[in-house]
Amino acid sequence: METLLQQTLNGLVAGSIYALVALGYTMVYGILGLINFAHGEIVMVGALVALQTILFLSSAVPGLPPLVLLLAGVVVAVPACMALGYLIERIGYRRLRNAPRLAPLITAIGVSFLLQTLAMIIWGREFHVFPQLIDTAPMQPVAGVVVSPMQIFTIVVAFTLMGGLMLLVNKSRLGRAMRATAENHRVAGLMGINANGVIAATFIIGSGLAALAGVLFASNYAIAHYSMGFTPGLKAFTAAVLGGIGNLPGAMVGGLVLGLVESFGAGYIEHLSFGFLNSSYQDIFAFMILGAVLIFRPSGLLGERVADRA
Amino acid sequence: MITLLESRTVNKRFGGLQALTDVSLKIHRGEVYGLIGPNGAGKTTFFNVLTGAYPIDGGEFVMNGAELPAGKPHRIVAHGIARTFQNIRLFRDLTALENVMAGHHIRTSAGVWGILAQSRAAREEERLVTERALEILDYVGIGRHADTVARNLSYGDQRRLEIARALATEPQLLALDEPAAGMNATETAGLRALIETIRADGVTVLLIEHDVKLIMGLCDRVAVLDFGKKIAEGTPAEVQRDPGVIRAYLGDHRAH
Ligand SMILES: Nc1ncnc2c1ncn2[C@@H]1O[C@H](COP(=O)(O)OP(=O)(O)OP(=O)(O)O)[C@@H](O)[C@H]1O
Ligand SMILES: [Mg+2]
Repeated sequence: METLLQQTLNGLVAGSIYALVALGYTMVYGILGLINFAHGEIVMVGALVALQTILFLSSAVPGLPPLVLLLAGVVVAVPACMALGYLIERIGYRRLRNAPRLAPLITAIGVSFLLQTLAMIIWGREFHVFPQLIDTAPMQPVAGVVVSPMQIFTIVVAFTLMGGLMLLVNKSRLGRAMRATAENHRVAGLMGINANGVIAATFIIGSGLAALAGVLFASNYAIAHYSMGFTPGLKAFTAAVLGGIGNLPGAMVGGLVLGLVESFGAGYIEHLSFGFLNSSYQDIFAFMILGAVLIFRPSGLLGERVADRA
Repeated sequence: MITLLESRTVNKRFGGLQALTDVSLKIHRGEVYGLIGPNGAGKTTFFNVLTGAYPIDGGEFVMNGAELPAGKPHRIVAHGIARTFQNIRLFRDLTALENVMAGHHIRTSAGVWGILAQSRAAREEERLVTERALEILDYVGIGRHADTVARNLSYGDQRRLEIARALATEPQLLALDEPAAGMNATETAGLRALIETIRADGVTVLLIEHDVKLIMGLCDRVAVLDFGKKIAEGTPAEVQRDPGVIRAYLGDHRAH
């Protein structure tokens, strides 16, 4: 029972980070029909920019409280990633909007390599320790479950952001414009919606969420690295496909389900594989799920939001 | 007579096909102006270049004395031109109300931060937009369907919703592409009454229609397109007597 609760909690923490990243994939897919494979790198840039900011501030102004440092990291990393997301769309994808689908896809992979390489030049190939500004050590166990302040922080932040995004998309002027543009960006333009602006806003919002996910990820696992975006990016993509790509609630559900499957899988993988694999092989679950969804239910758990493009 | 919209030698080509050739016309403020012609004459193409859906290959449109911006459909809407589509193009997954609210987008301004902070100004604007959109739905006669998802509306109501969405942009010129297509006699009569109300409320109407009775009954003036050229212009009665127009519709010259 305790392990069950414990694994649920661990799964929710990882899953809520996947969900934040998955939202960016799914929003861009919903509006452009494009899998933005560079999205995972935004997670990495977010983490490293936040790290840089924190290191700079803590040496420039010694004695700042940890929470202030973390906040400063976020305040710099989020707008930086938003600008990066905007530039990627503006420079990389916009002129390919009417090109065959393969062209923007290949561009996305190229952008991904470019960002990784740039990050490697700037931050080197080594693993950086991401400071533990919120305690990751477990608190007093509650009902046998150990939970750290950082885990609580992660879940609270992620769920707040997801709630905010749903409010934005479903109940606001911009959200309406996003949904209209997702259905048909040409018609949206003819009805007075600046489709380019809306598409840019989509990249900006998705990138902001990814930056935060990056900070949460690095804080939880205490490391940052130029290639750290790859695995969470791929898993978030899996989550988006699992939930039904293009479908926002689907991305959130997909992220959480994936986090839970991994967490339970990691607990039982030794038994399942008769001791052949240990919990460090938990990543296979994501890719088994991706394969299974693509084979058996390509529209995902909640169904693809298929727009008729005219 | 004040000219609201003028097209000056407008040209449009699709590859080797000259879809519009030097089309010039003037639409007066407050009138219902008909655009008619056989299938494939270039009527919809005229709407498409007017509204920026397709780039123009020559000539220009002048609205209220100012040249319309090229290549930015939403800015043309801002100049006061709104349209409907021959093949209905609603936002099918949005409700009727949301479709109209989306049309009102350009006349509002709430930004992201106001929304997320649920600022008083943003909430007040959202309330006003909702109210206005409900009024427009009532105006076109589908107020009771406000919360119906557009794809589930009847065909006639979808056509009305397209008009409502266009009206929500607060146009000076409303361009309707075959609004009566596929409607039965009762629906067409209702549509005619609606267009008359719209005109009475000060909106100029540019109307593409194949229904001759509707054109005769509604339009102050009519232009006839054939093979992308304007071959006649005048009152519906004048145009109906025009030998060139009769020939175009009977398809004489198509034989050689
Ligand atoms: N996007 C396009 N690409 C190529 N050709 C086109 C395109 N749109 C229209 N055309 C051609 O241009 C010509 C004019 O078409 P248009 O749709 O404007 O006619 P229309 O007068 O609206 O006809 P209808 O009464 O049938 O709606 C036709 O020959 C059509 O095939
Ligand atoms: Mg047509």
